[in-house]
Amino acid sequence: MGIELKMPALSPTMEQGTLAKWLKAEGDTIEPGDIIAEIETDKATMEFEAIDEGVLSKIMIAEGTEDVAVGTIIAMITGEGEDASAPDPAPVATAEPAAVPEQAPKPVAEKPAPSAPAHDPEIPEGTSFTSTALREALRDGMAEEMRRDERVFVMGEEVAEYQGAYKVTQGLLDEFGPKRVIDTPITEYGFAGIGTGAAMGGLRPIVEFMTFNFAMQAIDHIINSAAKTNYMSGGQMRCPIVFRGPNGAASRVGAQHSQNYGPWYASVPGLIVIAPYDSADAKGLMKAAIRSEDPVVFLENELVYGRSFDVPDLDDHVLPIGKARIMREGSDVTIVSYSIGVGLALEAAEELAGEGIDAEVIDLRTLRPLDKQAVLTSLAKTNRLIVAEEGWPTCSIASEIQAICMEEGFDDLDAPVLRVCNEDVPLPYAANLEELALINAGSIVEAAKKVCYAD
Amino acid sequence: MRAANQRKNALAKQPSKTNAPAKQSKTKAKAVSTGDAAAPPDDSDFILRSLQTEFEEQKRFNATPEQMLKFYEQMLLIRRFEEKAGQLYGLGLIGGFCHLYIGQEAVAIGLQSALDNDRDSVITGYRDHGHMLAYGIDPKVIMAELTGREAGISKGKGGSMHMFSTEHKFYGGHGIVGAQVALGGGLALAHKYNEDGGLCLAYFGDGAANQGQVYETFNMAALWNLPIVFVVEDNQYAMGTASSRSSAETRFHRRGTAFRIPGMEVNGMDVLEVRAAAEVAFKHVREGKGPVLMELNTYRYRGHSMSDPAKYRTREEVQEQRDTHDPIERLKKTLIEGGKSEDDLKAVDKGIRKVVAEAADFAETSPEPEASELYTDVLVENY
Repeated sequence: MGIELKMPALSPTMEQGTLAKWLKAEGDTIEPGDIIAEIETDKATMEFEAIDEGVLSKIMIAEGTEDVAVGTIIAMITGEGEDASAPDPAPVATAEPAAVPEQAPKPVAEKPAPSAPAHDPEIPEGTSFTSTALREALRDGMAEEMRRDERVFVMGEEVAEYQGAYKVTQGLLDEFGPKRVIDTPITEYGFAGIGTGAAMGGLRPIVEFMTFNFAMQAIDHIINSAAKTNYMSGGQMRCPIVFRGPNGAASRVGAQHSQNYGPWYASVPGLIVIAPYDSADAKGLMKAAIRSEDPVVFLENELVYGRSFDVPDLDDHVLPIGKARIMREGSDVTIVSYSIGVGLALEAAEELAGEGIDAEVIDLRTLRPLDKQAVLTSLAKTNRLIVAEEGWPTCSIASEIQAICMEEGFDDLDAPVLRVCNEDVPLPYAANLEELALINAGSIVEAAKKVCYAD
Repeated sequence: MRAANQRKNALAKQPSKTNAPAKQSKTKAKAVSTGDAAAPPDDSDFILRSLQTEFEEQKRFNATPEQMLKFYEQMLLIRRFEEKAGQLYGLGLIGGFCHLYIGQEAVAIGLQSALDNDRDSVITGYRDHGHMLAYGIDPKVIMAELTGREAGISKGKGGSMHMFSTEHKFYGGHGIVGAQVALGGGLALAHKYNEDGGLCLAYFGDGAANQGQVYETFNMAALWNLPIVFVVEDNQYAMGTASSRSSAETRFHRRGTAFRIPGMEVNGMDVLEVRAAAEVAFKHVREGKGPVLMELNTYRYRGHSMSDPAKYRTREEVQEQRDTHDPIERLKKTLIEGGKSEDDLKAVDKGIRKVVAEAADFAETSPEPEASELYTDVLVENY
């Protein structure tokens, strides 16, 4: 009986990869620790190391094969004296998601973007588009601004030689050199302070946090140093800086690495808080953030980094800060969301359409200043509104939207505004519990039907 | 040759801490006795004592009579300004926290007089009035900020702890203990990035010296060779806790050792000594050799802030410092020895009292900010 070698998952979010190269041939003897293959994902190339000994009896997946699902059997190892011509294991095609049961039903698993999103009025008619992964759109936005303005530089952990922990800064070191792409030690408080001071001194820093969970160590500089200085100095001292990085729940990383800080930063006067969903907005708003004279907290999402969306082929695609976007027009109920929640809201809207409910989806894009008018205008049209937020419900963006609707849209309401959020618990590790804790399209559908009194 | 020198420097006898007039001898006696072990003599690159050695060779700045008189005027202006601020606080005209610089004047004047104001930057904590006055910023706008008036340098929206003058490259005025050190690292990064030849002078207290971000900044400043001078103003008390009760190593100039930052130990009660030390430190930084850590031993006569009951030290201790180590009296003596008359110096004091009285009048009579100012300056742009 041989040992099956399966396509490994190289990160919690990896679902497939390219088998770039076999370093061993059929018939070779394998020792534990031998590097037998190179596996490539959109993020990195990794070496695949053997943990068993024996003979590489059969290679099932040829090198150069793309989109090999995690868990697919890629080769067989036969122990000493075993029959190398044992019957072939199950064919490749059947090896797909069953091998990673914890990944398949995940509510936040990567889904294709809806086919026909509403047109963004900021983009001129007739513009052509190129499908671009979110991480590349972010990188392109930064690179364009770095070409345009010598004062712009990037600093953070692993941004330079490693090419970014999540590959967002890939290629920047090569183009701009170590002066403008600076690897920092693992000292968030210190380098956030240095970045902030550099902004006060006239530069345009982009400070990457490997995730916003680690920015908790630096939140003093974001709030006390960056956000308040312009006010405290009577408008004398500015702090044009972008703090950026992934925010919100990733996949199976537990409570300390899974938190949405949108509501935290959005509560602070003096900050701009941006949380885009798709690649076009990520690029256009990143460029706007870098050009802003104010300190910006730019919240990305790890689970969306690998998704591709259309980006307009414009020389200078800059979007206005503080403007929401109608992602899908509808007339029966409004679903307000931002960041990864928008994808779920669009999915829910499709499902609702099948049940005869026409939902409008609004992507806030900027959390501070919040585009109240877009929310209220949509409410006036649909008279029913829910908020979908990948984050805790208490003191959330959803709570804020509810307050706005109560204070300024009360006469337009035909039903109470509901919030669809994560459960009010630290995010658990166990796959089933994590799934239960996170928002999903189904709970958005349920809430939408409730406010439409359609259950 | 170079290596040999450095080795010699590393082995140079350390000055006794107790020679610094401001220091309480018993506090650091233990540190002195074990002191020489700090620098490993087997590492020829380890130059942590080299600046101190250079400084020891010429410990007092050879000031011209004009320079000396200028230092005297500037220190006296800080003293009188702060006395007046204390008075206005007592009258309820200044609110909140107000931290006075009385006793520490020689530090700001000695250091800042050595700066190149066209390119160098300064940043400090909340005890910031003296550092602003050292720039020659109009005492009126500083006092008006203390009283929370429209004419204040921060339009009355910052207060005592939050004052800035980007015109003078003075970047505050920061209320969070230790934050200014990392921010100063950023100003230094900007100097290096822009290749403007400037350096950043970042002040912090013996209390802030225990904050973690200070060491994060030391590490990056040394790693990236940033043009920054870290200045510990050791006024002996972290709020109400004596340094010996809050700091495992009270000889703060040694705290750069782990980051290969050379340290200097300076009597902060003698403006000429401070200035001499500044010359050595700034030269080192300007030559592109990276950061320097200076420990300025000084003493604050007043409480930590205006609301400090000062139960943690005796009246006698404060009186002893005033009587024997006062930086203004010390310089006055030198000036008189150099030919100035008591009457000359009295005339200086009279002039300064007038300036301060005018600043106080201005600060009392200026209008408060318009109510509409509440909403301005939150953001720079409109969105």
